[in-house]
Amino acid sequence: MMNQRASAIALVLLLIAVALVAVGLGVGSTGFESILHAVDDPVAWQIVWNIRLPRTLGAWVAGALLGLAGAVAQGLFRNPLADPYLLGSASGASLGVALSLVLFGVSPFATQWLMRLGLTAGAFAGAVAGVLLTLLLAKGVQHTLRLLLAGVIVGVVLGAAKELIMLARPDFLQSMQSFMLGSTGYVGWSAFNIMLLTWLLCMGAAWLLSPVLDGLALGEATAASLGLPLARLRRALVAVLALATGAAVAQTGLVAFVGLAAPHLVRSVVKTSHGRLIGLSSLAGGVLLMAADILARWVIAPQELPVGVLTALLGGGYLLWLMHQRGLSRGVM
Amino acid sequence: MSIALSAQSIRASLGDVEVLHGIDLSLVAGRWTSIVGPNGAGKSTLLKVLAGLLPHSGTVTLLGQPLSSLPGRVRAQQLAWLGQNESSADDLTVWDVAMLGRLPHQPWLSSPSAADHAAVEQALRATQAWDWRARALGQLSGGERQRVLLARALAVQAQVLLMDEPLANLDPPHQTDWMGIVRALVAQGSTVVSVLHEVSIALQADDVVVMANGRVLHHGAAHHPATHTAVEQVFDGRISIHAVADQWVVLPRL
Repeated sequence: MMNQRASAIALVLLLIAVALVAVGLGVGSTGFESILHAVDDPVAWQIVWNIRLPRTLGAWVAGALLGLAGAVAQGLFRNPLADPYLLGSASGASLGVALSLVLFGVSPFATQWLMRLGLTAGAFAGAVAGVLLTLLLAKGVQHTLRLLLAGVIVGVVLGAAKELIMLARPDFLQSMQSFMLGSTGYVGWSAFNIMLLTWLLCMGAAWLLSPVLDGLALGEATAASLGLPLARLRRALVAVLALATGAAVAQTGLVAFVGLAAPHLVRSVVKTSHGRLIGLSSLAGGVLLMAADILARWVIAPQELPVGVLTALLGGGYLLWLMHQRGLSRGVM
Repeated sequence: MSIALSAQSIRASLGDVEVLHGIDLSLVAGRWTSIVGPNGAGKSTLLKVLAGLLPHSGTVTLLGQPLSSLPGRVRAQQLAWLGQNESSADDLTVWDVAMLGRLPHQPWLSSPSAADHAAVEQALRATQAWDWRARALGQLSGGERQRVLLARALAVQAQVLLMDEPLANLDPPHQTDWMGIVRALVAQGSTVVSVLHEVSIALQADDVVVMANGRVLHHGAAHHPATHTAVEQVFDGRISIHAVADQWVVLPRL
């Protein structure tokens, strides 16, 4: 019965995603006109094919990566408040971007692919370095609480280092802000392809590792008693978490709340095993970010809102509502 | 008389504090052994050591082989574990939880086999949890959850079953049912070891291990007077054991 319900939810999420792609192709300064003339007008074709489509699909896959990472993080840490940025990846990526800006002068507004690559590489290298530093500080992945604490410490320290750099070079503040607020505006086909490949890889690995998360939900001792090589499998899960988060952050900046909210959204409608939860959270994350991206383009068009601001508002609002509902159902306000 | 599980010179610590001080113990196969003792005696720690879940010095032998030399999967097939109050699996369904007991038997990447399904159904029916199989664990009461977790341990179909306070949250009828399940397992040749605070039920076992201060004070047949004396002494004489209707009943000395 749960399988059927999970399949139905997956189908609904996919249908919403397809509908949003159609809407996303039409949202922009030239509106649906560009779609209507895409066949006979090369400029309209460029706008639809090379700008709107990769951006819309990119928003979906970035959200899918964050949703996947969120479900893995919450299962790994056995904590529903865990989010993909917990292991130092967000602060590491921020520091990586800050260093790239200062050392190479690359800007999020730059269009040349080499400059974009520099920034993306900086963010990804920073995210990976942040996670590695967390693992070093936690002396491996054996102790969940130590890992969580190390992630918080790395977040604070790397965040402070980034702030120091920004204080020394205030001329890069605006560029940095663009990264910190999250944006899908720079996602082209190459960025989409990188994220899609990473998503396929991470989804496959997370699916294979999902029984470990089910076992861990029964407690460390029970999971170990089931013969699971926990240390090795935890390392693999942390790698999935870091890779998925790093790939999304490197391409779209720090998009808030999608990774935290997507698994909660799924859990509120279906109780299921981690294998299905990860898949559904990924689909939900994709829909959330794509919807937020379209909204960000549309609300004050032709200007744009940073998508991270919208996801924080919508995701935060949703979580508050969820807490309120749960409080009501338990007779607690 | 074969030995299912034995411990030689076991020492184990929690943090910097040594809580087991050189334990030697041999548990006979095909019998139910209860471990009793006051709080802090080291009962749960000993059970974890016997299950290979806690670092220790000394040797634990499972069915004739050193536990440390067994691959994790083989150990998990031969020895099942039911811990206390560890679960946070509120979102998993009862069926999914019970099916986790089959993990040691399933090759990686493979779906559950017909035998896995049969074992899970049998375990859920034995604990009367079959009717809730589609419900999430978080939607059950404490006693109902405990029966599902017991089903998970039973689904392993291991030769040795270790249970730490398995009666927590169970009402008296279901405590009786639990004893029925244990008796059926033992009749089939399985070995059951349980840490119990319900001393009256512990005395229904075949053998009783009495512990205090990280040491085994006594190990003997449950019906033997020496065992009763050891149990009364370890609780500072504040309980007394009486025979009532062919059963041993523990009463507090008021």
